[in-house]
Amino acid sequence: MTTGLFLLILLLVAAIAPFLRKYLKHQAGWIYALWPFAGFLYYLSLLPVIQQGEILIESYEWIPVLGLSFTFYVDGLSVLFSLLVLGIGTFILVYAGYYMRPYPMKGRFLGYLLLFMTAMQGIVVSGNLITMFVFWELTSISSYLLIGYYHEKPEARASALQALLITGFGGLALLGGFVLLAIPYDSYELTTLLSDGDVIKNHYLYIPALILILIGAFTKSAQFPFHFWLPGAMTAPSPVSAYLHSATMVKAGVFLLARLNPVLGGTEVWSYSLTIVGVTTMFVGAWLSVTQVDLKRILAYTTVSALGTLVLLIGTGTEYAINAAIVFLLVHALYKGTLFMMAGNIEKKTGTRDIRYLGGLFKYMPFAAIIMILALVSMAGVPPMLGFLGKELIYEASVAAPKAHLFILTLGFLTNVILVFLSLRLAIDIFWGKEPVYDKKPQEPSLSLILGPFLMVLASFVLGLLPSAMAGPLTSKAITAISPLHDAIILKLWHGFNIVLALSVLTLLSGYLVFRYRHQLLPAIDRFNIRYFRREFTRVFFSMIDAFLVFTKLKTRALQHGYHRFYLMTLFVVASVMVWVMIWRADPIILELNFSDMPINLIAVVVLIIAATLSAVVSNSRVVALICMGVIGFGITIIFIAYSGVDLAITMIMVETLMIILAMAVVYHLPKYQNFSSTGARMRDALVATLVGTFFMVLVLQAGTSTLDAPISAYYKEASYSLAFGRNIVNVILVDFRALDTLGEITVISIAALGIYAMIKLTKKTN
Amino acid sequence: MESIILQIAARHLRPLLIVLSLVVLYRGHNEPGGGFIGGLMFGAAYILYAMAFGVAKTQESTFFNPINLTALGLLIAVVSGLPALLLGDSFMTGAWYTFFKQTAFELKLGTPLIFDVGVYFAVAGMLMLVMFSIMEE
Amino acid sequence: MLFLFAIMIGVLYGAAVYLLLRRNIFKLVLGLIFLGHATNMLLFVAGGLTNGKPAFIRGLQGETVGMSDPLPQALILTAIVIGLGVTAFALTLVYRFYKVTKTVDFDQLSENE
Repeated sequence: MTTGLFLLILLLVAAIAPFLRKYLKHQAGWIYALWPFAGFLYYLSLLPVIQQGEILIESYEWIPVLGLSFTFYVDGLSVLFSLLVLGIGTFILVYAGYYMRPYPMKGRFLGYLLLFMTAMQGIVVSGNLITMFVFWELTSISSYLLIGYYHEKPEARASALQALLITGFGGLALLGGFVLLAIPYDSYELTTLLSDGDVIKNHYLYIPALILILIGAFTKSAQFPFHFWLPGAMTAPSPVSAYLHSATMVKAGVFLLARLNPVLGGTEVWSYSLTIVGVTTMFVGAWLSVTQVDLKRILAYTTVSALGTLVLLIGTGTEYAINAAIVFLLVHALYKGTLFMMAGNIEKKTGTRDIRYLGGLFKYMPFAAIIMILALVSMAGVPPMLGFLGKELIYEASVAAPKAHLFILTLGFLTNVILVFLSLRLAIDIFWGKEPVYDKKPQEPSLSLILGPFLMVLASFVLGLLPSAMAGPLTSKAITAISPLHDAIILKLWHGFNIVLALSVLTLLSGYLVFRYRHQLLPAIDRFNIRYFRREFTRVFFSMIDAFLVFTKLKTRALQHGYHRFYLMTLFVVASVMVWVMIWRADPIILELNFSDMPINLIAVVVLIIAATLSAVVSNSRVVALICMGVIGFGITIIFIAYSGVDLAITMIMVETLMIILAMAVVYHLPKYQNFSSTGARMRDALVATLVGTFFMVLVLQAGTSTLDAPISAYYKEASYSLAFGRNIVNVILVDFRALDTLGEITVISIAALGIYAMIKLTKKTN
Repeated sequence: MESIILQIAARHLRPLLIVLSLVVLYRGHNEPGGGFIGGLMFGAAYILYAMAFGVAKTQESTFFNPINLTALGLLIAVVSGLPALLLGDSFMTGAWYTFFKQTAFELKLGTPLIFDVGVYFAVAGMLMLVMFSIMEE
Repeated sequence: MLFLFAIMIGVLYGAAVYLLLRRNIFKLVLGLIFLGHATNMLLFVAGGLTNGKPAFIRGLQGETVGMSDPLPQALILTAIVIGLGVTAFALTLVYRFYKVTKTVDFDQLSENE
């Protein structure tokens, strides 16, 4: 009950947030934060229950006919993610409430944030693939709205569109993957899937489903080669970067992989693809961050790197790796959220986030500086921050990785060296480096802006100091949820002297050395990047979009040519060829030519109709064509009479008479036939006509000789007199059983009549 | 086109055809006929007249207008579906009432018959509207 | 009889398709009319051919055995009347088309645009 209700109320808060902003004035952020905070406390209170290994499941019917329901599934993994989403979300709302004050439409901004929070919280607690997909798409949409918040700037719109297209593409792939995944289970419920992962693994749909789901996860979590949307999304306001692009939305892909690990994981394909993509992303992200100068873009690239690390760890799948993944996830969310918020603060106070124009800020904002430096320490993986634990576990996992551990270890080492270097560089350059001329004196950020970063750093510090007591309960059940076979490792700061510690020390030293010689190294790296990575992925992406548009235009011009007869021809040929194939594969028709049921008069009528039809087609005279039309109509009337269609015959004879009068009245005004088509075109059309005509001929034979289910008209025959008091069944069907259809029909003919009236009378008046 | 024969025929045939169309409408529920056929006959009566005397003269001689006739037909058809709603059934369910129960004149009347009348007028009006419009050109 | 009807319906459909592919807009309407006839006949034949037993209930018992199928007939009846409406509309359209464009050739219309 609680999870669903909580989400519903959160959605309501999101819906009314833009309208209440006026009345709440500047307190809006604090007040909107109350509900997520309540949720945070609720999930915190669930921790002891979850520790017992309990899983809370709620289910609400959605479309029972299709077997779809909204199911919520709360286990250790969900609780950990919920705490992150709601806890950081609370801080972000407070932060955003203050941060966005100078901008227009801040109420709407808070509403979008809350909407996103609902969606993200929905993903982490959903217990049904379709439920998850719905929330998944909602995060894409709300992130589009948030990234494009400064919608008057073209680059903001472009980045928002880019993020939407990529995550939307991934979302479609994901839906396909989910559908395939559900086929062997005949269920979308997570509980069914988690109960037996071997069902899908031994099914031929495993590989297609896996590929599609991985595309969904990789696009969302900005994995190489889809990583470029994340740095692009830095055009969003800082609260968005801090929330969506560090702590939550980009983790959705990681969450999905973690969630489905018991179902899909453990195979060679799984571990290879995750490891390769993860390790590439990890290194590429870190490498590209080195030469960036925009503070937020640096952070974005390190986020890409961190996401790669997470995917790599899940792919590795050993006990250490899963432990490392969960701890690192927590670590990263805490320090990266802090750093993004601080980046926003620095931009707000100094007017820039280009690190070349930042320096000497320590004396203006010492408190903020300490918070940011502690977060950077965590990023560098220095004790006693939680980041140290995270990095140690990653090294342990890499050392013990089953395959290619040397390769992974080397790249992991290099990545960490870069992170250490960046931490040093950001801390020292920004807070002590050469001071530029600021437009106005920077000040300490106010309470709302600093509270969240402060508490998150504090959490990182406390969790790092007391890992087993504090971090253990948070992570242990999440670990078993990802991988039921593995236990949580008891976390501690001091591991003794071993290779991992040696690596840590080496990392710090190398990072320092890089920092020391940065003025020599950076230009070299810059030159290297410019030579080999000149074409940015963003540009490749947009040129692909352009190429696609060009292709679409060509295709439209080719298919939408505007000639009615070619549309019709396509339609006729395709349809009749398809049905021809069906007829070909069906049982052969057994045709008994029985001349006894062919009265001579009817044969004459049919022959007359055929002759009239053919002469109507070939005739060069419009009047002959009309006369032939009449012959056909009256011939059909005779057939109706012969085969018990009395009402039909009467109607037909009236309608046919009127139709000929009408056609005569119109033909009178039209010019004589002219030769429009070449002989070749005539031959071609005749061929198409023959194809369609013969197909219908076979169809009639097939229909006439097949035995079908009992006709539904038996009921009408039964009920016509007993229920509807009519002896003329045809009429009873028209005015009683199917009266609504008839009502529709007379409405149609009335509208046609009004149309004719309008075409003739009203145009005359205007002329 | 002035044809004495056609004019005389049309003048006498029109009331006859109208009466015939009513008969066809009435007996449609049990015998061949019904609203469609009746409506077509009713329309045909006027078209015949219009062919003999011209559209303008035909419209002078009638007290109704084809558009109104169509609208009336649609209205009757829709209204005939409403009693079912009052009785708690879904729209257009037939509702019947028997007059003169258990006498020689027992007569069952129901909403489907009213609906058929609606069809009759709608078809007749539509036909006249179309034909008059085109014939006037 | 089925065989003969099959040929007839095939010819009607073929003629309808051929006429629909013409450039003359009047022939197009003619094709539409033929298509309507062909489809009505297709429905009628597919509903089963019953000789001389219209779907009327006789007597109080309401004997229905061997009676022709009323449902396709009801469908066709509807189709005939709608066909009249559609054909009348199409013919008027042709007429207006010619009045405005002074041509009955479809291709010239797209070129004039």
